Amino acid sequence: MAINTTEDNGKLIIKIDGRFDFSIHQEFRNAYEGAKSTPKEYEVDMRTTSYLDSSALGMLLLLRDFAGGNNAKISIINTSPDVRKILTISNFEQLFTVS
Amino acid sequence: MKILIADDNNTDRLILKRILTNCGYEVIAAVDGLEAVEFFNDSMPDLVLLDAMMPNMDGYEAAIEIKKATGDRLVPIIFLTSLQEASALAHCLEVGGDDFLTKPYNKIILEAKIKAFERMKLLHDEVREQRNEIQLYNDHMIHEQEVAKRLFDNIAHSGNLNQPNIKHLLSPMSIFNGDLLLVARTPSDMTHIMLGDFTGHGLPAAIGALPVADIFYGMTSKGFSIVDIVTEINKRLSNILPVGVFCCATICEINYRDDSIISWSGGLPDGYIARADEGIIDNIKSNHLPLGVLAPNNFSVETEMRQFSPNDKLYLFSDGLLEAEAPDGSMFGEERLKSVINSYEDASVNVYDDLLKAVADYTQSDKQTDDYTLIEYTIDDLNHNIDTAEDFSDEERQESMEWCFDYDFRPSTLRQFDPLPLVLQILNECSGLKDYRGRVFTVLAELFTNALDHGVLGLDSNMKKSAEGFAKFYLAKKDALDLLEDGFIKIRMEHLPDNESKGGALHIRIQNSGDGFDYSQLKAADNSFSGRGLALVQSLCKSMEYSDNGKQVDVIFDWDYS
Repeated sequence: MAINTTEDNGKLIIKIDGRFDFSIHQEFRNAYEGAKSTPKEYEVDMRTTSYLDSSALGMLLLLRDFAGGNNAKISIINTSPDVRKILTISNFEQLFTVS
Repeated sequence: MKILIADDNNTDRLILKRILTNCGYEVIAAVDGLEAVEFFNDSMPDLVLLDAMMPNMDGYEAAIEIKKATGDRLVPIIFLTSLQEASALAHCLEVGGDDFLTKPYNKIILEAKIKAFERMKLLHDEVREQRNEIQLYNDHMIHEQEVAKRLFDNIAHSGNLNQPNIKHLLSPMSIFNGDLLLVARTPSDMTHIMLGDFTGHGLPAAIGALPVADIFYGMTSKGFSIVDIVTEINKRLSNILPVGVFCCATICEINYRDDSIISWSGGLPDGYIARADEGIIDNIKSNHLPLGVLAPNNFSVETEMRQFSPNDKLYLFSDGLLEAEAPDGSMFGEERLKSVINSYEDASVNVYDDLLKAVADYTQSDKQTDDYTLIEYTIDDLNHNIDTAEDFSDEERQESMEWCFDYDFRPSTLRQFDPLPLVLQILNECSGLKDYRGRVFTVLAELFTNALDHGVLGLDSNMKKSAEGFAKFYLAKKDALDLLEDGFIKIRMEHLPDNESKGGALHIRIQNSGDGFDYSQLKAADNSFSGRGLALVQSLCKSMEYSDNGKQVDVIFDWDYS
């Protein structure tokens, strides 16, 4: 499994392992659409994410839309320098809390 | 099911035929191999039972002929033989037989084998049919993609891409990876360049390119600035694209009259500006979200302005260039790219060709498989020539008319948008003069900019005398516009036809509410970053006259059906 989902006190944590690209599109969607209760916030853990492509950025936007658009609380954590760079070029810090 | 049997022994053949007929099969009986091949070709049976030893042509030879004739259909061949040696039985399979039965055969086993082959044949036919269907779909799809690609190229890659100072590489896969490269000139001979990269692949990525190209070309030809164009493209894309699909893009406006590049970038890797004998002098950084992500009311356009010198080179590219992979999976990357572009510190180096070669060497692939888009734009003195940019139409000539109108632009208008494209629209109503819209636009744009910058906003043109000052001037203008509360610019255009109605004179008067400015200083500043504009206006018009301490300017523009 490339994606591991856990719930912690109203926070849905989605951990992505390996390449984050279109091949895990469905799995990523299932991760947040399948949540039992509606989470108050989301956390995408990229500690073990090796690579991120533009379709992954699209998937993050879909999550943001699902989680309430401008009111969504989503943080992307443990980003490696490579992953961070891709998020920075796209200026995704304006939409997500990136660390 | 139709079964062909071949046996030279009359008794054996009749018994076999009886058994199979009783099982419900249609049976065709041949007396030797020669007849078997002939019957096979005539009646196309589904299964063949061959005696191995026959006169004229034996079963082995017949099997080879029959297998040749079946093509990609599966027609199982079962050998019937009284031979017992392993080598003879193996030979049955070597020549293309699918199985064998030793005589005298057991009726139950014979029936069971035929049933088994029948099942196998059904499965094979089904797979074959599906394969043919997929093949057909695939052919169809490739055809559609070829048509779509031609359409896409016509729309997305038309414009002025073939100017001599532009070198570009379009990913041959561009329709499927959503890369987009647009170049067009404004009526006042600025060049607009856009390199876009849609997320995703295939048709969804290509569809968004169509409205983008439409807006880009349409608004550029009407004289809108890239600020307006970027705003409009983002608005359209955010309306039509589903969430998660967006367009990373860099858009540049190259203005030869004040030697500036204005740029906006969202989501693409850094573009570079390289100077002859110096190498990279600046980068165009992405400081916005890609187009189509933010709703129009959250979207703001902050552009950057830079000064250029002749022979500067601008490089824009899609991320496919940085991500070009070596056989071991490592990527070409920014450092390698920068070192190639930096080789422009020797102005004789052909950076573009070197760059293509460096990527090809790195990936060890031929250029056809490259999956990135790249443009090199060289600042080139030839582009100053405005007269050649006009596109004279062959429309029927109408009588030249007499008209006059006044526009009065107030702060809210001056702050929010560039009114000139709208003013220019009136010229389309005056046939004949329409062919001169490029020149008229240039005149209007120069005079309007001076009225705004030095009149209404009261900015000092001396600021523009150095490259740093120029950038400061640009920022100061933005701030002053934001704070502007009073003031106006009035444009009066009056058209007087000549006696024979073969042309006319356009009188333009522009007044501003400022405290006045020293227009002679604008004119005198030859060979500096500003000032070339007024010389150009003078060369295009019959007369130009500033009055009232720079608060008013009058020009007369003559034209005729040439």
